[in-house]
Amino acid sequence: MQIHQHPLYVKICHWVNALAILLMVTSGWRIYNASPIFEFKFPKMLTIGGWLGGALQWHFAAMWLLAINGLIYLLVNIISGRMWSKFLPIRPKQLLADFRDALMLKLDHSNLQNYNAVQKSAYLSAMLFIIVTVLSGLAIWKSVQFPLLRELMGGYDNARIVHFFAMSLIVAFVFVHVVMVTLVPETLVAMIGSFKRNKTAGAKS
Amino acid sequence: MSNRPKVEGVDTKYVIKQVEKQLDSASRREFGKRILSLGTLSLLSGCVLTDDDSIEKMLMSVSRWNDKVQGFLFDPNKMAPTYPESMITKPFPFNAYYGEDEIRVVDGDSYKLELSGLIKERKPWTLTQLAMLPQTSQVTRHICVEGWSAIGKWGGIRFSDFLNMVGADTTAKYVGFKCADDYYTSIDMPSALHAQTQLTMSFADETLSKEYGFPLKLRIPTKLGFKNPKYITEIYVTNDYPGGYWEDQGYNWFSGS
Repeated sequence: MQIHQHPLYVKICHWVNALAILLMVTSGWRIYNASPIFEFKFPKMLTIGGWLGGALQWHFAAMWLLAINGLIYLLVNIISGRMWSKFLPIRPKQLLADFRDALMLKLDHSNLQNYNAVQKSAYLSAMLFIIVTVLSGLAIWKSVQFPLLRELMGGYDNARIVHFFAMSLIVAFVFVHVVMVTLVPETLVAMIGSFKRNKTAGAKS
Repeated sequence: MSNRPKVEGVDTKYVIKQVEKQLDSASRREFGKRILSLGTLSLLSGCVLTDDDSIEKMLMSVSRWNDKVQGFLFDPNKMAPTYPESMITKPFPFNAYYGEDEIRVVDGDSYKLELSGLIKERKPWTLTQLAMLPQTSQVTRHICVEGWSAIGKWGGIRFSDFLNMVGADTTAKYVGFKCADDYYTSIDMPSALHAQTQLTMSFADETLSKEYGFPLKLRIPTKLGFKNPKYITEIYVTNDYPGGYWEDQGYNWFSGS
C-alpha cells in the first residue's frame, strides 16, 4: 500500500506549530502560576522559563513562531483551495454517523487522503482554538492598544479566562490527537515521511 | 551501559558550570533554574541545546525586538479605559519587590524631587510646590505583570505638563526614575507624554499613603504595574537606555498595555 504523504509545507507547518504550542503552553502555565485564576497551579516541572520573567520571555518569543507559522499555513491552505477540499463541507448527519463509528473504533482509515467528518471538525476546531487563543492573548497583552478586541473578549480580566479555556481546548485536542495517532500510526508516517526506502529500491527523494 | 562513564563526564562538567553560574550572582540563580527546565524541553523536542548563554541572548534580543514592536503599536491618542468610582477595587493590593513590613517611610517635610539629565530647569521641587500645580484625577485599571488587575483612583499632575514646564527635552528617548526604596525604572518618551500619564500625589482622594508610594509615584495606565514607580526621588531625561530593577532581570522593558 502506498502511504499517503502530506504536502511538504503542511509537514513543516505542522511540526513548527507543534513546537510553538509546546513552548506557548508550558511557558503559559508558568505565567498562570504567578497569579492563578482558579484554585490550582500547574506543576513546576511541566513549565519552562524558571521564573515569571523567563516564562514571559519564552511566551513572547514563541508567539512569533506560532503566529507567523499559523498565518502561512492558513494563507497557503485558503489560496490553494486545500482548506475547502480537505476540511469542508461537514454535514451534520455524516458527522453524527462518523462520530458513532469512531466511538466503536469502526472508522475506515484505509484512505488517509480523505478525512472523515469527525476529523474535519476536529482539525477545524483546533485551528479555531488557536485563533481564539491568539486573539485573547493579544487582548491581554495590548488591552489599551486593541480596544475592540478587548471589548470582544469582555474586558481585560475576562480575556484571561477566554485565553485559559482556549488553551485548555488546545491541550485537550492535542491529547486526543496523540491517542488517535498511536491507534493509526500510518498517519504519523504521512506527517513525517516514509522510511520504507527498501520498497522503492534506489529511489531517493 | 558501556557509555555510562562518558555520560557521567558530561554531567559533571554541566553541574560544575551550573554551580559556577549560581555562585556568580543572585540573578544567575534564576537563570540556572531556567536552563534546567530547558533541559527537560530539549529531551521532549529531541533537540540538543547545549549553549545556554546563546539561548539567553536569543530571548533577550527577541525582547528588545518586542520593545520596538510595542513602540510602533503605541498610539498616543488611545486612552486606557476609565471606570466609575463604584468599580474601584477595595482593598487595593499592595505590591513591591519586598514585603509590606519593609515599606520605606519618606519624610514629606524634608522631601525634595530632584531633576537631572536633559532638563533645562533642574531645581529640586518640594511637596508644597508640587501640590500647587494643577491637579487631575483618573479611575483606571492597574494591570500587574503577574496577570491580576485592580481598579484605583489616582490624582496628581499630568506628567506631560510637568515635563514641558521644567523644559525637558521631549525629543529624548527615555525618562528615568529613581526611588527612595532603591527601585528604579524607565519609560519611553511617547508614553511619558501620554495624556493619562500622571505624577501622582493622591490615592482614593487622599494623600498617597506609604503603601502606595508617598510622597510621589508615577501612574501610567498604558503600562504594566512595575512601570509605575513609587516613592520617586529623582526624575531624569536621557538618550542612554536606563533599564530598570525588574527589566535588568528579564522583564520586558516596554511592557505597554
